[in-house]
Amino acid sequence: MLKVEEQTPVVFSSELLAKFDDIKSRYPADKSKSALLPLLHLVQAEYLWVSTPAMDKVAEYLNIQPIEVYEVATFYTMYFLKPQGKYALEVCRTGPCCLVGAEKILSHLENKLGVKEGEVTADGLFSFRGVECLAACGYGPVLQISPEYTFYENLTTESVDKLIEDLKNKI
Amino acid sequence: MSEKVKVTIDGITVEVDNGTTILNAARQIGGDIVPPAMCYYSKLQGSGGKCRTCIVKVTKGSEKDPRPMPKLVASCRTTVMDGMEVLNITSPEVLEARAGVVEILLINHPLDCPVCDQAGECDLQNLGYEHGLQKTRYEFERRTFERIDIGDKIQLHMNRCILCYRCVFTADQITNKRVHGILNRGDHSEISTYIQQAVDNDFSGNVIDVCPVGALTDRTFRFKNRVWFTKPVDAHRDCDHEKCNGKVTLWYKGADVLRVTARKDQFGEVEEFICNTCRFDKKATADWVIEHPTHIDDTSVIASNHYETLKPLHVIQPNEALQAANEIELHKTVKY
Amino acid sequence: MSRKLLLEHINVPGINTLEVYRQKGGYRAVEKALKTLTPEEIVEEVKKSGLRGRGGAGFPTGMKWSFLAKPEGVARYLVCNADESEPGTFKDRYLMTYIPHALIEGMIVSSFALGAKVSYIYVRGEMMPQIRILEKAIAEAKAAGWLGKNILGTGYDLELYVQPGGGAYICGEETALLESLEGKRGNPRIKPPFPAIAGLYGCPTVVNNVESIAAVVPIINDGGDEYAKIGIGRSTGTKLISASGNLVKPGVYEIELGLPVEEFIYSDEYCGGIANGKRLKATVAGGSSVPVLPANLTLKLANGEPRLMSYESLSEGGFATGTMLGSGGFIAFDEDQCIVRNTWNFSRFYHHESCGQCSPCREGTGWMEKVLHKIEHGHGTMEDVDLLWDIQRKIEGNTICPLGDAAAWPVASAIRHFRDEFEWHIKEPIKSQSQNYGIANYATPIEKAPVAEEK
Repeated sequence: MLKVEEQTPVVFSSELLAKFDDIKSRYPADKSKSALLPLLHLVQAEYLWVSTPAMDKVAEYLNIQPIEVYEVATFYTMYFLKPQGKYALEVCRTGPCCLVGAEKILSHLENKLGVKEGEVTADGLFSFRGVECLAACGYGPVLQISPEYTFYENLTTESVDKLIEDLKNKI
Repeated sequence: MSEKVKVTIDGITVEVDNGTTILNAARQIGGDIVPPAMCYYSKLQGSGGKCRTCIVKVTKGSEKDPRPMPKLVASCRTTVMDGMEVLNITSPEVLEARAGVVEILLINHPLDCPVCDQAGECDLQNLGYEHGLQKTRYEFERRTFERIDIGDKIQLHMNRCILCYRCVFTADQITNKRVHGILNRGDHSEISTYIQQAVDNDFSGNVIDVCPVGALTDRTFRFKNRVWFTKPVDAHRDCDHEKCNGKVTLWYKGADVLRVTARKDQFGEVEEFICNTCRFDKKATADWVIEHPTHIDDTSVIASNHYETLKPLHVIQPNEALQAANEIELHKTVKY
Repeated sequence: MSRKLLLEHINVPGINTLEVYRQKGGYRAVEKALKTLTPEEIVEEVKKSGLRGRGGAGFPTGMKWSFLAKPEGVARYLVCNADESEPGTFKDRYLMTYIPHALIEGMIVSSFALGAKVSYIYVRGEMMPQIRILEKAIAEAKAAGWLGKNILGTGYDLELYVQPGGGAYICGEETALLESLEGKRGNPRIKPPFPAIAGLYGCPTVVNNVESIAAVVPIINDGGDEYAKIGIGRSTGTKLISASGNLVKPGVYEIELGLPVEEFIYSDEYCGGIANGKRLKATVAGGSSVPVLPANLTLKLANGEPRLMSYESLSEGGFATGTMLGSGGFIAFDEDQCIVRNTWNFSRFYHHESCGQCSPCREGTGWMEKVLHKIEHGHGTMEDVDLLWDIQRKIEGNTICPLGDAAAWPVASAIRHFRDEFEWHIKEPIKSQSQNYGIANYATPIEKAPVAEEK
């Protein structure tokens, strides 16, 4: 339960709203609630997380009650309800990946980044978490980086080190 | 679709309208064979199927297709077919599975009945008494949530919630705007408003009545008294709310009205939803026209203070087969 | 080399583009279906092919299609289930990444057969790259006139959209998927009514797995009878198997159903044996939900005959000695893997993914995870194993959707076949933290655990 707190009001850009309209047009006119999941993805791609004011705006856009948006956003695991690192690393931690060393990758990330699962590094660049099966079991261990959801397979501790350096140098 | 179909439950045959569920057919028979229902509520569309306490065994699908159903089914959401045969309390398999559901419902329940206002009229308490084990096999820390006030009239104890969704359906179907819902997933699911908000509109108080456990309780009645020390009396008033007919039960302690609830039928469901004015604001005898003491089922602890003459359920009075099947009920009638 | 129907041209450079896909004979099925066949004839061909749903349940696809209600004036929908999340399964990702037009072609033919004017491909949200690939491919197909209004001048209109999920395994269950597509929480619906009567927006709907829909293409091209000739018995056609775990060559393989399991694991055409020269301890043959089997029962039936990769052969012996083909997620465990740890891992997965709607699954999965965590970390007691058996029995069959069964089966089978390993963890709480039980008596027939007989 969130306390009512000061959260920056959100104004969606006209580009974003144009994307909203495009998605809404895919469903029958009275079923625009169907657009909710894709819309939340768009919001997250734009702001890197989904804030309460943003959810309220989405509810307003789709003409539904805010609680209907909260219900959905908290049900699905992909929506970040608090700010994450610029690169949110998600490592698969389910059976087949663990057979080939996913747990090692997770503890390596924790050491390398110096933060615990779910926390953001001081520079705001990285956060990581273990997620359940990413459907790439044959190429494990795997991780993906939101918001683009680029995918990295057959990880080793060395390849993870390199990946993090590359991301750091990207800015 | 007005034709009648025949269904046999625990050996008792009854004719019901086409489209009736097994649970409602059993309710028409009445007595011990009615499966318990924690989430189903006949007045709320879409409710049921979730708690799994009403599961029964279908040994014969129908006259046309006599194959038994492969799994136990939720009687509240399975419609009867002509010639269907169902086992409830006569099937050890059903009783074992139901005891399993009860055990599972209780593993994360705080078992704080001694300080819970619902105690004495709690469906989970009754169910636990009938089917539960003497001690728990769950040895881990129980799930806990903060207790929250949703508005100044209703308190939410999420720890006690069994996620029946009744209050969500009530808010959707009875009130004009829903501000609370189910958040999160799996065993972290909770009833909440997400950002702290009051659940506040004319009919919001009904979520208290539909809650099968003590998760949603009346703040105006909080810790006032145990329900079995109070005396329920049916009363009515001229309510000017268009959707409320003002028919309620007043719960007295001495001369004081401690709380007001909607009237409940023999299956614990409210007969008609009432408005918040009647429920929360009219707590003087002068506000009401008193009718008579409320009939309380003699199996309830609340009945311990009552002096009514017991009558067998009306459906079993004229029917000898039903009398035989409900011997215990009848026996009680004769004895007391 | 066995026959390839779906992955025949997978190694052709540029097969993900419309141009190359067309050169290799793509979209012939659309032409044939829309110009020469009636919807009823297509359904008939699919029925004849014996194709069974490739998502896990194995329900005959043609039969599913024929159940679709067709009331006048009500829209009908085809929804493709691309919410591939079953641990061990990654064939749909592979198909959509490398040969997206196979799915789109299948969608057009199937939508035509079912009379759907709008169809959706529900892709799990984590597969954003695949969503982008599909959207690009759909745009290509639309520009070339394979989608949109009046396709090939036949008067048939079809719009195809990709819908991203939000991250929930449960949305692979067809009614949860429909709820999610309607913009709601992915709570499975209580059936009946089945989607064929009231599905998406209350309209008649068919939900099919990616691979099932892609398989419609070769069925239409070559005819249902031809397709039915491949495979064995009631397991017709080819199947994509996702092989993972401790294998030399994990990956996606297209096999003709009926291939011996031993050949699949050890031949160089497929997995090439167990990695690092180790020995096989156990397998999960059809995605994490199906029972785990020790190596001896994986390779041979209880009567000593070789076990085959087919719906029937894998389930031979029931759950006492068999398993299921499921979605074809083949996970191999080598001798160093710990069954208790893996069972705990799977059980954490189901606990995490339970939607929380019905009580046995919501509470029971968490309970199982906690007990398994306790045993795995050396704090278990002998009673815990029996308790675990009891909990899984209380979940199985008592839930709204199959997730409860899927959570119960791995636990039940692990106790059934590897009870000695559980007991070792309990008797050797310190040793079990630093070393593994090992391969034990994997090659000798394992006696049924006493608890299994009680059932």
